[in-house]
Amino acid sequence: MTSFNAQRVRGDIPLMDRVINGHPITYLDSGASSLTPRTVIEAMDRYYQNHHANVHRGVYQTANEATAIYEGARESAAGFVNAPGGSQEIVFTKNATEAFNLLARSWGVANLGAGDVVLLSEMEHHANIVPWFQLRESHGIEVRFIPVGDDFRLDLSGLEGLMRGVKLVSVTGMSNVLGTINPIRELANTAHAHGALIAVDGAQSVPHLPTDVVALDVDFLAFSAHKMLGPTGLGILWAREELLRAMPPFLGGGGMISDVSVTGFTPARGPSKFEAGTPPIAETAGFAAAVRYLEGLGMSNIAAYESGLCADALTRLALEFEGRVRVIGPADTFERGGVISLDVEGVHPHDVAQVLDQFGVCVRPGHHCAKPLMKRFGVAATARVSYGPYSTLADTDALLEALAHAVKMFA
Amino acid sequence: MSNFDDLYREIILDHYRSPRNRGELAPPAHRTEGFNPLCGDEIVVHVLVENGVLTDIKLTGQGCSISQASSSLMSAAVKGRPLAEVHQRIATFKELMTADPTLHGEGEAPADADLRRLGELAALTGVVKFPVRIKCASLAWNTLDQALEELSD
Repeated sequence: MTSFNAQRVRGDIPLMDRVINGHPITYLDSGASSLTPRTVIEAMDRYYQNHHANVHRGVYQTANEATAIYEGARESAAGFVNAPGGSQEIVFTKNATEAFNLLARSWGVANLGAGDVVLLSEMEHHANIVPWFQLRESHGIEVRFIPVGDDFRLDLSGLEGLMRGVKLVSVTGMSNVLGTINPIRELANTAHAHGALIAVDGAQSVPHLPTDVVALDVDFLAFSAHKMLGPTGLGILWAREELLRAMPPFLGGGGMISDVSVTGFTPARGPSKFEAGTPPIAETAGFAAAVRYLEGLGMSNIAAYESGLCADALTRLALEFEGRVRVIGPADTFERGGVISLDVEGVHPHDVAQVLDQFGVCVRPGHHCAKPLMKRFGVAATARVSYGPYSTLADTDALLEALAHAVKMFA
Repeated sequence: MSNFDDLYREIILDHYRSPRNRGELAPPAHRTEGFNPLCGDEIVVHVLVENGVLTDIKLTGQGCSISQASSSLMSAAVKGRPLAEVHQRIATFKELMTADPTLHGEGEAPADADLRRLGELAALTGVVKFPVRIKCASLAWNTLDQALEELSD
């Protein structure tokens, strides 16, 4: 943990100066959205101050600049996840949720029919569940789930049996509730051995771990800019080029065509085919700056640093609360990220979060858009703590102090 | 009183720790479930209405201190009341939750006359300053409202 300078990252984030209810902010909700470094804000600001124009249309100077910024961000995204086909494999969406809807509506509708199976896991976010249920209703596909074991990890003992009829395995890289990091390469091997493809929900994993789609041998990857120090309003779908080329368009309109007449249309080639209408351009400028910033920190360094924070917090939670606080997630940091879901005895997560707010500590109460997982572990909600590269041991100090107040208040 | 102390008044914590009218009622009592999709809280309201009077009410479910205290306070406020009065109390509660806290100034209590009209329910006035928690406080009341609507159908 010593080689990583989180204090410097904090210094780069203007929001860290906020005082909440008389306390300096303790931001522990990076799983919901990460805080924004100045360089990201400045990149978006610069775009509006100097380069704003619509993309892909004009021939004038600023329009070319705007297009270069937008297409440059595609290169950044491709490099960040090691896309083998480069920027032509990167589709910009509104968020990771839209990326999954695109996948289901485009690839799913074109390739799946009655009886075909999409295999998910019990720890998925609703974004990787509901679009498939919608396809079940409209196209009669079957949706199946890999169970989660009592150790909070995927139970792969029955995987071979679950694979019958599966055309797509779609699982999260890292659970937004448990912090569990899934064995994606192993799942990819199984999927491919059965002639299926594999999609990964990288919303939580991409911002906190090194991601290499070639090494993971996956086919689709969805992630979200605002969870990786970037702005809201921008998601990314990476797909292997030959898959993207064969996929029909998703939304229709300007920007996604190569020709339109009164008799019909021809879709554009490349990722533009999926990007109808004016895209979020300033956000791509901010996203590219976020990627540069993260690359500067080094994803391996971030992963190691956050793992250290998580180990410390897990140890202290167990020591200082002696069973009054149950962690819904792995008890050690093996294949685990810095997301810690708490079930506090006798205190509802909403009340935990409300008391913590009184101390300037920001955590998220609720079901975290993972209701099947909540049901699996018999809770309606948890209070979730999630770390980022700007988090420090002092944040955990503030958390534990505020948590002790919550426990006392409702005792 | 700070907004926080105003939210978690002693009477709220008391109703949370010792909820009134917990449990179930057998038919012919009517049963209605309510959910807060945002936080996963759920409540089941059992009501018995006889000759235009809400003669009995029992509640089960799980939720935060605000939703549990609100449902407990509600059960005490409506049990044994004629339906017209129950509807009036539901309306008063809803009015309370939509009241603009700025009208009374920061940290100031509503006018005395308003508080007398509310009785014990006045303990819930602090919720208004926490918009997210209004949904917690409203769950039981909306569910009771729905139950009475189903009964009148």
